[in-house]
Amino acid sequence: MINKNELLETMHMIDREHLDIRTITMGISIFDCACSNAEISAQKIYDKICTKAKDLVKTGEAIERELGIPIINKRISVTPISLVAGASNAKSYVLFAKALDRAGKQVGVNFLGGFSALVHKGFTEADRILISSIPEALAQTDIVCSSVNVGNTKAGINMDAVKLMGEIIKGTADLTQSTNGFGCAKLVIFCNSVEDNPFMAGAFHGVGEPDCVINVGVSGPGVVKHALERVKGCDFGVVSETIKKTAFKVTRMGQLVALEASKRLGVPFGIVDLSLAPTPARGDSVAYILEEMGLERCGTHGTTAALALLNDAVKKGGVFASSYVGGLSGAFIPVSEDAGMISAVKCGALSLDKLEAMTCVCSVGLDMIVIPGDTSASTISAIIADEAAIGMINNKTTAVRIIPAPGKKVGDVVEFGGLLGTGPVMEVNSASSEEFISRGGRIPAPIHSLRN
Amino acid sequence: MQKAIISVIGKDKVGIIFGVTKVLSENSINILDISQTILQDMFTMMMIVDIENSKVDFETISQKLADASKEIGADIRIQLESIFDSMHRI
Repeated sequence: MINKNELLETMHMIDREHLDIRTITMGISIFDCACSNAEISAQKIYDKICTKAKDLVKTGEAIERELGIPIINKRISVTPISLVAGASNAKSYVLFAKALDRAGKQVGVNFLGGFSALVHKGFTEADRILISSIPEALAQTDIVCSSVNVGNTKAGINMDAVKLMGEIIKGTADLTQSTNGFGCAKLVIFCNSVEDNPFMAGAFHGVGEPDCVINVGVSGPGVVKHALERVKGCDFGVVSETIKKTAFKVTRMGQLVALEASKRLGVPFGIVDLSLAPTPARGDSVAYILEEMGLERCGTHGTTAALALLNDAVKKGGVFASSYVGGLSGAFIPVSEDAGMISAVKCGALSLDKLEAMTCVCSVGLDMIVIPGDTSASTISAIIADEAAIGMINNKTTAVRIIPAPGKKVGDVVEFGGLLGTGPVMEVNSASSEEFISRGGRIPAPIHSLRN
Repeated sequence: MQKAIISVIGKDKVGIIFGVTKVLSENSINILDISQTILQDMFTMMMIVDIENSKVDFETISQKLADASKEIGADIRIQLESIFDSMHRI
């Protein structure tokens, strides 16, 4: 029998510490929608999404009401479009993006991911068409998210793709100039992308996945922060234990919601992603957790060590709480979505270089970072190359979601609103990387990729 | 049996338990366990109920309890027991 303290603890976590389920994401395979006629293919994609996900939002809301835990987002991921649209005669894939946008809006989700291409070793013709369609696709749709995988530990880094993506990010920022380059907030460049990630903007439904699947992303930076407040001054063994116990409880919520959603929708349960995902709401910040460990400001010396401990303890606590763990699982550090990160950047404590170091030990990479609008495409490509190298060598997922806000300079602040928050424009290194990026070709896979 | 937990937190006054149990009995919801305490003037009650034979669906019960909550002036909510079980029991 549940006792009163346990009851109050759960209610406290939800009411005061922002405990929530961040997303229920339905992955849908659209391989069977390939057709030589692009319009027919787009229509088949629309129809399949609308059929499979018709009850997704309704079911999510019912679970939310009955369990009394907020489920913030209901989302969809689909097979990377380049793999499906390649069968068609289309010379631009914007019409596929529009079909996804319509379908997502029809079923009521707030984001739909999968306008994606996997080019870590090279391009197909379809990959090239998809990538060149990205700026227009993101400018002409509202909820479609795009991602491109440019490298992995097994294949190395496709530097032609890295070069191209710098230009695509600039192009996307230009086409969405009126919203400060908002299109770039829906575009992620990955190394070692995962096939079952429920979080946006990088979600897509991988090729090894079943026809339809439910993945759940949990959250809870606020809960971890509050738990650490109770162990002030204790050593790191205690800090780690406290985070593990909290992560366990948070993940159990995710597991319950995932099983419940899977049962009610009649769709297999895929994974729970054990991520600490911040929101701009005060108190729901990963930076505050790091500061609670004893750093005056996130970004100062010691931040990488604190984040390493946090990321590891979250996984250790969460892994026992769920039967299948996957996705990105760890701590996210999106700057514009985290109140503590925003203020650390504003006061000069957190720089792009420090963030890069932090991405060696966090769950993903440089996320939601606004840089000056006049940053060159080659510099953006070089930032992507650095991140991809960290991912490739360390056998982890890294990503870049960076916004060169048109007309903005260091010190300006860009408002995106909602979950995407507020981004202070950060300084980039002004020395050129042009010649490096223009070399092209592939960086070979590292020696430790040869494990057979 | 389908168990749910009703929690009531608010300033103590006359008739809180009556206000809640009235809604439950009107809708054939059986009470399995009640515990309550007063902590610093705050009334805290936890009630375990069986909603299997309820006359109305979950959404309606929570709506009726929300209405009662306004009348009584305390925070009343109903949640399926599974959320607490999964968080606190292995």
